[in-house]
Amino acid sequence: MRLTVLETEKCVGCQSCMFACSRRVGEAGLARSCIGVRSIGGMERGFSVIVCRACADPPCAKVCPTGALVPREGRGGVRVLPDTCIGCGHCREACIIGAVYWDDETNKPMICLHCGYCVDFCPYGVLGMQKREAENVEE
Amino acid sequence: MLKNDPLENILYIDLTRRTFKIEKRPDLFEKYLGGTGVATQLLHEECPEGCDPLGPENPIIFAVGILTSLFPLASKTVALFKSPLTGNLGESHCGGRSAVSIRMAGYGAIVIKGASSMPVYLSIENGRVRFRDASTLWGMGNFSSGRIIRENEAGAGLRTIMRIGKGGEKLIAYSCVTTETFRHFGRLGLGAVFGSKKLKAVVVSGKSSLPVSDKKEYRKLYDEVYKTAVDSPVMKKYHDLGTAENIVPLSRFGGLPTRNLTAATFEHAAKMSGETFAKKYLGRRLACSHCPVGCIHIAALREPYEDVSYFYKTSMISYDYEPIYALGTMLGISRPADFLRLMDRVEESWGMDAMSLGVILAWATEAFERGLITTKETRGVRLKWGNVKGYIKAGGYIIDQPNDFYRALARGVECAASLYGGMEFALAFGGNEMPGYHTGPGAHLGYLIGARHSHLDNAGYSFDQKVLVEKKMKPEETIDALLAEERWRQILSSLVICFFARGIYTPELVTRLLSIGGIDLSTGDLDRIGRTIHAEKYRFKIREGFALDTVRLPERIFETPAPVSGLDKAYLTEALAYAHKTIRKELDAAP
Repeated sequence: MRLTVLETEKCVGCQSCMFACSRRVGEAGLARSCIGVRSIGGMERGFSVIVCRACADPPCAKVCPTGALVPREGRGGVRVLPDTCIGCGHCREACIIGAVYWDDETNKPMICLHCGYCVDFCPYGVLGMQKREAENVEE
Repeated sequence: MLKNDPLENILYIDLTRRTFKIEKRPDLFEKYLGGTGVATQLLHEECPEGCDPLGPENPIIFAVGILTSLFPLASKTVALFKSPLTGNLGESHCGGRSAVSIRMAGYGAIVIKGASSMPVYLSIENGRVRFRDASTLWGMGNFSSGRIIRENEAGAGLRTIMRIGKGGEKLIAYSCVTTETFRHFGRLGLGAVFGSKKLKAVVVSGKSSLPVSDKKEYRKLYDEVYKTAVDSPVMKKYHDLGTAENIVPLSRFGGLPTRNLTAATFEHAAKMSGETFAKKYLGRRLACSHCPVGCIHIAALREPYEDVSYFYKTSMISYDYEPIYALGTMLGISRPADFLRLMDRVEESWGMDAMSLGVILAWATEAFERGLITTKETRGVRLKWGNVKGYIKAGGYIIDQPNDFYRALARGVECAASLYGGMEFALAFGGNEMPGYHTGPGAHLGYLIGARHSHLDNAGYSFDQKVLVEKKMKPEETIDALLAEERWRQILSSLVICFFARGIYTPELVTRLLSIGGIDLSTGDLDRIGRTIHAEKYRFKIREGFALDTVRLPERIFETPAPVSGLDKAYLTEALAYAHKTIRKELDAAP
């Protein structure tokens, strides 16, 4: 299963998902959030929801010089190995949608685990969980 | 308060010297929680007695609370300042991304003093403040200046951009500060205080982590609050049609001020209803940061250009009950598109408080009808109920101020009436123009005794509709009930909880949530703190010359029948004398 942005036009920009993502690890605030909601050049135009798309062949992992981002077998997306990561930031540059977030304290990437915790805190059905197979059929 | 909670940090900015410092003040936040409680103390510390509201010594104080970013709906920023409209306590609340951004930037409050010699905007992030040249932005409206700052500054999605329009630059006494295009520090003229300091905008951004006392309990409590906020019927009206839902019921009830309160029902209420706006114009719904309710309703108005065919402009314009009242029914405007055209100017270009402007234009229309003013004063503008073109023209002149008449309108309805007559139908309370409820004695007493003369201070309009409509009460009983509500609301606004969520945030729940932030208080403690904050506000008001026993009662409120009986001069006078005495006692008892 992967986290999917189903309908951005229904997003009201409440950012409840962002707070949920930090709370997932028991924290309050936004420092640990791996999902972002921002307006598309002003709120009158609506929002974009930026989160890992679980690419089948993730560019972030391909550019990692130490192999600290491990593609998740058959599920898409990556796992971060903090001890292997040197904090070079290449992964952040490689992700063209900006879904590699950064932990300023540890100087290492934070990437969505597709756990789905945030889905329960989106009151408008913008977020959902999807099977990878279904996604492949669509594409 | 928990160790390491950045709430205790107060950011002081001096615009004259272009310096800033951060001071830790845990004492203030432990005693007064945050928001209005802390800001009131800072106002006492920073605002010299009798200062010019448009002078460099008048401070702008922003404060948020301990629950901000911890729990949903604690999403307001409280601004305190000395008001250029009333010359007294200025307090205005605003949502958008402001509260979360200030909290996430690592501050509990921001104090801005001094004045710049040239236009500047402030960029606050990563523990520093940059003073940026805003000469290029001066003269720009809310949309354009917001867009330019957005493109020049970091922190997309994590920032607030507070800015003024032309109204603030021109020191219009009721100009507002806008955040995130559609939310406002609307009332009492914060925009002019910004303008007097040559401060065009303030950008604040951050993304930090906050300590909690018990992680497991935190998640549990959060789920409980969130679920109530999303499912509760008390939030439904804000969620569905928004506050505009009130237009039809209030008109039917007979409490909707219409045509400068010459009537309290509007025959075209259905055309200006929340239902009509939703059906024909609702283009987008928005929410403040960390609020799942999404009460912000934005209309899409598609209009052809007059000079060239097949070119259209689609404007996104926010609407709510209060602007529809002030710029709609008060002006006899019965076409939603006309209201939206006027609202678009107010919000996008002028940056003025919709409520004050509507009441002022309503007074001017009646004064014009009665011949107190003529086209000589109005520079040819024929002020007539429903004539939106005239209102747009007059609003533009208030900005440009080409003559004494428009200069007077720029200072508020009482100033205009003191020069041109018609004080009996100048609808202001304590110098602040009237909100949209003519329900009965509760509403008007509420405006009169409220610390900021707002319907939100103590919800007298609600007391009319829920209590006084059922049974008569003595003046003292009404005052006691209004003061009790206002004291409790000091707690809500010190925790910067949106008043729309007042049905969810009960005293008992508040004490449980506070313990997550490391503050252990009983409901009795909350009551005591609410009293103290209320008294402290009144201490400031009295210091600056406000007196409840001499406050002006506009005759008009007694002429137009209200649906709840008891709205007569004797009742109000008696109630005010009692309120005066009670607040005096409260002040004497305060520590």
